[in-house]
Amino acid sequence: MDELLRPFEFEFFRNGLIVATFAGALCGLVGVYVVLKGMSYIGHGLSHAIFGGFAASALLGVNFVLGAGVWGVASALMINGVTRRRLIGADAAIGVITTASFALGLALFAIFGRQGQSFDAALFGSILGVGIDDVWAIAAVTGLVALVVFFGYRQLLFTTFDPEVAEASGVRTARIDALLMLVLAISILATMQVLGVTLIAATLVIPATVARMLTNSFSRMLLLATGIGAFTGFVGMNLSYHLDVQSGPTIVLVGAALFAVTFTLTGARGLRRTAGLDEYATSIAPPPQVVSHQ
Amino acid sequence: MTSARDDELVRLRRVTCTYGPDPVLVNVDLAVTSRQFSGIVGPSGSGKTTLLRVLLGTMAPIAGSVHRRRGLRVGYVPQVESVNWSFPVTVSECVLMARTRGRLLPWRSKNEHAEVCEVLDRLGIANLAERHIRDLSGGQQQRVFIARALLGRPELLLMDEPTSGVDVRTRHEVLHLLDDLNRDGLAIVLTTHDLNGMAAHLPHLVCLNVEVLGQGAPREVLTADVLERTYGARMEILEHAGMPIVLDDYVPSDNVVKLRQAGA
Repeated sequence: MDELLRPFEFEFFRNGLIVATFAGALCGLVGVYVVLKGMSYIGHGLSHAIFGGFAASALLGVNFVLGAGVWGVASALMINGVTRRRLIGADAAIGVITTASFALGLALFAIFGRQGQSFDAALFGSILGVGIDDVWAIAAVTGLVALVVFFGYRQLLFTTFDPEVAEASGVRTARIDALLMLVLAISILATMQVLGVTLIAATLVIPATVARMLTNSFSRMLLLATGIGAFTGFVGMNLSYHLDVQSGPTIVLVGAALFAVTFTLTGARGLRRTAGLDEYATSIAPPPQVVSHQ
Repeated sequence: MTSARDDELVRLRRVTCTYGPDPVLVNVDLAVTSRQFSGIVGPSGSGKTTLLRVLLGTMAPIAGSVHRRRGLRVGYVPQVESVNWSFPVTVSECVLMARTRGRLLPWRSKNEHAEVCEVLDRLGIANLAERHIRDLSGGQQQRVFIARALLGRPELLLMDEPTSGVDVRTRHEVLHLLDDLNRDGLAIVLTTHDLNGMAAHLPHLVCLNVEVLGQGAPREVLTADVLERTYGARMEILEHAGMPIVLDDYVPSDNVVKLRQAGA
């Protein structure tokens, strides 16, 4: 028991644990919309795109939140515009925008060198260097997103389920879609340090998918996915310390284990609920390949 | 230019629409009046859904004009095939979507709860309120989306292929329900491939294939000439119990004879 509680003596761990729990809850909440709108690939791509902004801001000495934030928001709005207008194949356009941005980040780091832990942390997540400012930041972002979901609950639900009829009923679906992309970009930005860009997509998708297996109600799915995300963040962060493995992989592996358990327990019913979830989404391409660091 | 009639809900004048280089609708003239019950028939790709979208107001024409009565409330029931049945919503959650605009709180108010119960009761599915939308029969699923449209208190109900992919019993169920709603004063416009079903139930048909090729009572519209221009194939029109019956020309003559005898 002492061994289990020992990491709580360290401030960096306590901060990291709070951040990971918030990050899990935040990704679980946003992930419901990502999964139901068939945006998993967009989530994955956007996290890679933000990495480009992260690299540029690290090398230029610009504030990370500002640099990567502006980059992420611009990428999100660009992806949203391409997806809505269907100028060219949305999956192809997203692939070009996001992988080019990710590649730029890698090239910048390769040319100008890495800045301490930041490179690995950005890719795979790390709790080293998580300070009280990060705790406040993630708490603020989680609170903000929760408010958006609370007050925009009906508009988000209608737009996600039936955008055409929602539009005809007076819901401004273009604004709602843009808002959702901004929320996704801010969430990725806020959780990037702990989860890592290469693994954020899993934390968006797994809690929502597990929640869908457990319920047929949208409101309950939102609550369950948030709770499951927080749980995987908490447990994953503890395992990260004890196994001496980066936080991103352990959080994702806890989520994957939870998925396997739920899949086994719910059986055909769970499968039936998740089957065809993305049937009505824009066709998607395989996610960009993760480039391993040397 | 003709002046709009008092009972006109929507009036299209020489409306042309396109998604790309080729027009989907050309010079469409159509008026929808209160208490009208119309079916739009035509082959796949003839512009039926586009015409509904123009009536609904989600598609703007590139030429022509659309006049909608000020403050007109329009309900829309999408094609069953376009609904994501894996989406996690119960019947009551789905119906409540009609109460979205301007609402900030996620939970339903007492009034909204009563309204949802009332509309579900009216459509005979009150006992299914907490069921997932996939766990319903075809007819019940149609009723859920009609209930959602009715909760918006529409004066005009637009339905895209309400009888597509359902069995004969469900088709009759849905059409009888629509007939009741129409008798209560609701104007209804629906699209369909089902010529004979529409001829039996609807007082007004529009034959569409990019342009309007005929409109009026089924007896006036369902002629060999209009149907050939609409579908590009010869069809034979028989009469049974006072209703026109459309047959493909390839139907073996023995069967045609039997049907003729039955109708005589």
